[in-house]
Formats: sequence, C-alpha cells, structure tokens
Amino acid sequence: MLSRTASDLYWIGRHVERAENTARLLDVTYRTSMLPYHQQEPGLAWAEPWAVPLVSCGLATGFYAKHKALAAENVLRYMILDASNPSSIWSSLRAARESGRAVRGAMTSEMYEDLNSAWLEMRTIDFAGVQARGISEFLEWVKMRSHQFRGVTVGTMLRDEAYSFLRLGTHLERADNTARILDTKYHILLPSAADVGGAVDYYQWASLLQSVSGFESYRRIYSDVISPRRVAELLVLRADMPRSLHACMNLIDDILRELCDDRSRELERMSGELHARLHYGRTDDIMRFGLHEYLMDFLLRVGAVGSEVSRRFLVPMA
Amino acid sequence: MPRTFYDEMHGSDGAVRPHYQAVADWLAATPPVRIAQKREEADRAFHRLGITFAVTGEESGTERLIPFDLVPRIIAAAEWATLERGLVQRVRALNAFLDDIYHDQRILEGGPVPAERILGNTQYRAEMRGVEVPGRIYAHVAGVDVVRAGEGEFYVLEDNLRVPSGVSYMLENRKMMMRLLPELFAALSVRPVQHYPDVLLDNLRGVSPERDDPTVAVMTPGPWNSAYFEHTFLAQQMGVELVEGQDLFVRDDNVYMKTTKGPERVHVIYRRVDDDFLDPRAFRPDSMLGVPGLFQAYRAGRVTLANAIGTGVADDKSIYPYVPEMIRFYLAEDPILHNVPTFQCYKPAERAHVLERLDQLVVKETHGAGGYGMLVGPASTQAERDAFRARIQADPDKYIAQPTLALSTCPTFVEAGVAPRHVDLRPYVLSGKSVNVVPGGLTRVALRQGSLVVNSSQGGGTKDTWVLSD
Repeated sequence: MLSRTASDLYWIGRHVERAENTARLLDVTYRTSMLPYHQQEPGLAWAEPWAVPLVSCGLATGFYAKHKALAAENVLRYMILDASNPSSIWSSLRAARESGRAVRGAMTSEMYEDLNSAWLEMRTIDFAGVQARGISEFLEWVKMRSHQFRGVTVGTMLRDEAYSFLRLGTHLERADNTARILDTKYHILLPSAADVGGAVDYYQWASLLQSVSGFESYRRIYSDVISPRRVAELLVLRADMPRSLHACMNLIDDILRELCDDRSRELERMSGELHARLHYGRTDDIMRFGLHEYLMDFLLRVGAVGSEVSRRFLVPMA
Repeated sequence: MPRTFYDEMHGSDGAVRPHYQAVADWLAATPPVRIAQKREEADRAFHRLGITFAVTGEESGTERLIPFDLVPRIIAAAEWATLERGLVQRVRALNAFLDDIYHDQRILEGGPVPAERILGNTQYRAEMRGVEVPGRIYAHVAGVDVVRAGEGEFYVLEDNLRVPSGVSYMLENRKMMMRLLPELFAALSVRPVQHYPDVLLDNLRGVSPERDDPTVAVMTPGPWNSAYFEHTFLAQQMGVELVEGQDLFVRDDNVYMKTTKGPERVHVIYRRVDDDFLDPRAFRPDSMLGVPGLFQAYRAGRVTLANAIGTGVADDKSIYPYVPEMIRFYLAEDPILHNVPTFQCYKPAERAHVLERLDQLVVKETHGAGGYGMLVGPASTQAERDAFRARIQADPDKYIAQPTLALSTCPTFVEAGVAPRHVDLRPYVLSGKSVNVVPGGLTRVALRQGSLVVNSSQGGGTKDTWVLSD
C-alpha cells in the first residue's frame, strides 16, 4: 500500500484515539476537581488539578502562551476547542477527518461517513455549546464517537494492511495515553503519609479508574479496596484489561511482526523488547522502581517505536 | 420577443410526453411536504457522505454541495439510440484526428482544417509528435456536453477530452434517487449506470504497456482540487490506488509508487492532473504536483497515461467548428449530432459580424472552461459588452461566438414549486477496444429563472439522468 495512505490511516487511528483519551483525561480532572479536599485544606502539597492535563500532555507552554490564569474554563477551552492546540479534541477530530478525506478509498464508506459526521458536529460546537450540554455529557459524546468509529472499523473493514496501520496508530496512541493518565496521580498528589489509603486517596484512584473504564473491572478482579499497587497492575501488566500497557503492546507487537520485513528488523526488536518487559514484568519490581519513573521510561520507549514506524513505513513528518 | 424552448416533459400541445408520464403522476400525487422531506433527506445524505466540491477562488477548504434536484431528466429509448450513435461517431473521429496530427498529419494536406489553426494552437503538444500510444487511443474518457434545442435536436456544445469531471455525480445521483424514490424505478425501466467504473477499469487495463496483470492508479492533484471527491470515488470504485505526484517516482524510465513494502511498478495512470503539471522536467518547471521524468517514461512506452498528453488541441473551441469535417474526413460518414454554428473571431468578416451582434451572441474564450470568461449577450450590460468588444479586438484569436441556444427545459423544484429550468447533458464516452457510452450522464440545471448557465461554479445544480430501455 502507498506509504502516504498508510500514514494517513495510522494518523486517523492516533487522532481518534487521542480525542477519546483527551476526553478521558479531562474527565478524570473534572471529577477530581469536584472533590472537596483542596477546598478544605488548601496548600497541602496539592497540585492544582487543572494543571494536570496540561503537564501530562506537555502542553503547559502552549497553554500559558494563550491564557494567564489556570482556570477550569481556560483549560477546557484550550484542550477541547483550541485550533492552535494540535492535541485539542477539535484539532484531533479535524485531523482525523482530513486524513480520512485523503484516503477514503482505503476504508469503507461507513467509516468515512462516521468520521465526517463527527467532524461536522464538532465544527458547530462552541464553548457555550459544551456548557449547555454539560462538560461530562460532552466528554461522553467524544468517547462515544470514538467507540462508534472503532466499532465501524472492526465491523466493516477488510483485514488488510490498511486495517493494520489504523490499528497500529490506535494502540500506540492508547499505550501512550494510558501511561499519561496513570501518571496523573503522581502529579495530583504528593501525599503526606497520613493521606495514603485515606478517603481522598481512594476517590482519586477511583476517578482515575473510572476515566479509563477500569472501575468495574477492578471490582470484579480484586473484590477489594482500591490500592495503588493493584491499579498499577491492572493498567500496566494485565493483558486482559484492554487499555493496559500490556494489552496495547500485545496488539502492537502482533501487528509489527506481521508488517516487518528484512528492512525493519530493528523496529521488530524494539517492539519485542518492550512487549517482553510487560509480558514478564512484576508489579513489585515496578513499585520498587517507582511507578512514575517506570511510566516515564515506558513513554520514551513507546515513543521510539512510533518514530521507527514512521521512518520505516510512513511518510516522515515534515 | 418571447422564445419557445423545447420542453423535455410536455409536448407543444401541453400534453405530458409518454416517457414522462410516471413522473408526472408521481408529482401530482405527492404532497409538497413529502417532497420537501425527500429533498432535505438528500441534502443531509450528500453532506454526510462528503459529496462536495471545492469552489475555485474561495478560501481553501470551502466545500459546497452541488444542489441536487429530485425531478429526473428522462431520455426515451429512441432518442438515446440516436444520441449514442452520434457520440460514438464523434469520439472515434476525435481520436483519429489526434492520432493523425501527432503522426502523419494527413488532415493538413489540403484537408478541411487550416494547418496553422492546429500547429499554432497552444494546446498542440509538439513533444507528442511520433509518440506511440497503445491502441491509438488518446481520449480514453470524453465528457461531451450536449444540449437540446429547436424541436429537440441534440447539439454538441463542447467535447471535453482533457480531464472531464462529473461522472461521480452521475453515479451518486443515481444511488440517491434509488434510495429516495424506489417506486419510480419500479414503474419505469431505467437503464443502469453503476457499471461505469468496471468499464473504465477494463479499458485502462486494456491499454497497459504490459499484458500481465497491470497495475492501474488514479492520479490526483490532491485534496484541495475541486474534483477531489471524484478522484477518491473512482479509485475506490475501481479498487486501485489514488496517488499524488509525491507518491510516484521514475527510475530507468519505469514509474513506481512508494509503498510500505518498497517501490511498486505502475503501468497505467488515469490522471486527473492537467498536461502542464504532469512533469516539471518536461512541462511547467514550477509544478509541485507532477513526477519528474514521467513524460520520458511515457515516451518510452513504459507507462500509459489516460487521457493521453496533448488531447486539449482537439477540444479547443477554435478547433470545435471543424469537428463535422473531421467526421467526414476520417470516417467518411455524415455527422449525426449538430454542431452549434460558430463565428471565429480571427476571421475578419466573422469578427465584424460578432461585434455588431454582441447583445445577441454568446462569446467564449477558446481555451476557457467552467463558464468563466464568457459573455452571454442577451443577459449582459452595455459595460460588459464594451469590455468584451475591446478584448476581442485586442486578441481576436482567443474568442469565438455562438448564437444563444434555446436550451431545453425540464421541470425542477424551485422556491415556488415546480417550474421549468434549462438543462444540458454530459454523457461520458469511454474508448477502449470499443467505444462505449454508459446510458446516462450528468444533467446540469440552471436553477435561476431564465438562466442558461448550468455550471456548478455558477450556481447550477444536477439531476439524475434516466435513459429508458423502452
């Protein structure tokens, strides 16, 4: 298949997934910001919750170039609607649709219609519209659009190379985003010893789990109180949790082993190594190493896999 | 002076023509509210499907829907039979003409067309002299613009032989109509058009320089081209890659696509890029859309381009008046379709005639297209006529003039209900081992009352075109 077509499909996958995960990240922030804690005890080593999505996505500089105050509305505007923020939901849906327009021949017409109608709706929404709908309701809509596109893709698309590149984009983005969402807990709270395991801690972990649709799964698997160690296990190591790093790497590694040929053995090796670290990893080792440090290392490695995919198969970004 | 127009639906006695009866009944029986619903449904579907076109000169990325009219344009079987024979004849002659002027030039030896009109034409590509093209086919796809006037006779307005567009609307309009008005299809036997992409692909594979499983690609200038939707549509329908210039490269006179598995040879390119932009080494050096070395590969016979390079000389408006002569010269047949009488401003006597009657004639630029750069005399202002007079006098070679034709009308939904509006027709003529016309075409309709300009860039709309089998 054309490298440019593969490129567009890969970026459709990434952008739709990014829109969904930005919605998830804003959702967890929104939930956390409603917790009473920081109103009662201001200044207790709390990071301002609205800084979290900016910091974890590396968007703080861009944000402060446009906004003075770290207010909820400003962050929401920047992360949802701002055309100058390439990771905003608006920009992601637009980019996905533009790529879709360029390669509509490589997908089914239902897929293109779905991307197109998501964009046509997004285009009519301004901040007043988001508020009128309700923040959570709007973020839910974004997630549902992503679910719908994924459903149409899985349900209608030929299982060919085009499908592989689209899914590769989806899962590389998801692996990256899950790691970032999990790491938000590190930014939210530098806990004093007394807080660990307390009510606030519980709610923070709970809302984080909810934001990755992991709350019910956690309950089913562990039938127990929420502990950071188990959340980490669930979202990093468990292969049966579809948004976990391990599950993402399973898919990525499978796809790459199929796509790679003699020109791309290094890519296959990088992906295989990262996959093995998750496949054979132990929760205790991660916790000893430090979850934050572990996630930072993972983001570097998964980023390197993404770059190598671009270099080997796609049209390199200008 | 009131003019009479050929009415596609009603005879001169006001009675509904037999082939329109089912539609007339449907119009009479369906409440306006129901029709309005259907129209909204069509608009929504076209938007969602992304069947839009970009308008030249507007902010890049502006996409518009071409207004779609629900009342079909119907052509009776016998009428179509004549039209089809005429189109096939015309395109065969035009292909023979192109083959001739790039090879033996028999027509120049005392033939009916003055040599300087051809060799001096800016659309004549001297580089193509002596280049062999498979099957001697130059215009693989022709979109011949036809109108009906007088008592319903067909006149050819233009032979579009370069990169004619619009066929995707023919196909999508049909799909839409079958979805919206299935009851009418049940009542009438409408000949299908959906096999167009198959015929096209078969023809393209047939002109490959290599017999064995040739690779075909559609080449587009890119997403900002006004016909981009159509390019993606045709590539998808034929199941071939849609490439841009940047996706191709030439090595040792072979053309390759850049793919995820490395270079892959391409044998036939259905290109929707103008000659000038195909190869910066051979033509415009500033072209960012083309492929360096493509022309050399083409000359070497390693890749086939459809349409061929240099077809523009045959559909130029200054050559148009000679097409009936070409038909006699190459085929020894009488032309079946009429040409519109054309005054050539480079001839002093005809120029004088034109300048005296600017308020009655339509003046066109010989290289113009899309309804741009033309003067519709009866609808013009004195200032516009003065401006054209000056332009014609300064550069008479660039202009031709024709009488304003009494274009036929077809019932059309407008604000006030259903009213007659002027229409034209662009059938698509495909040349391969044989010359075929898919029974149908794109009917364009001038939505403004009295307007004769049907171009979508000038506010025209489209209709589905039904050719009946009996």
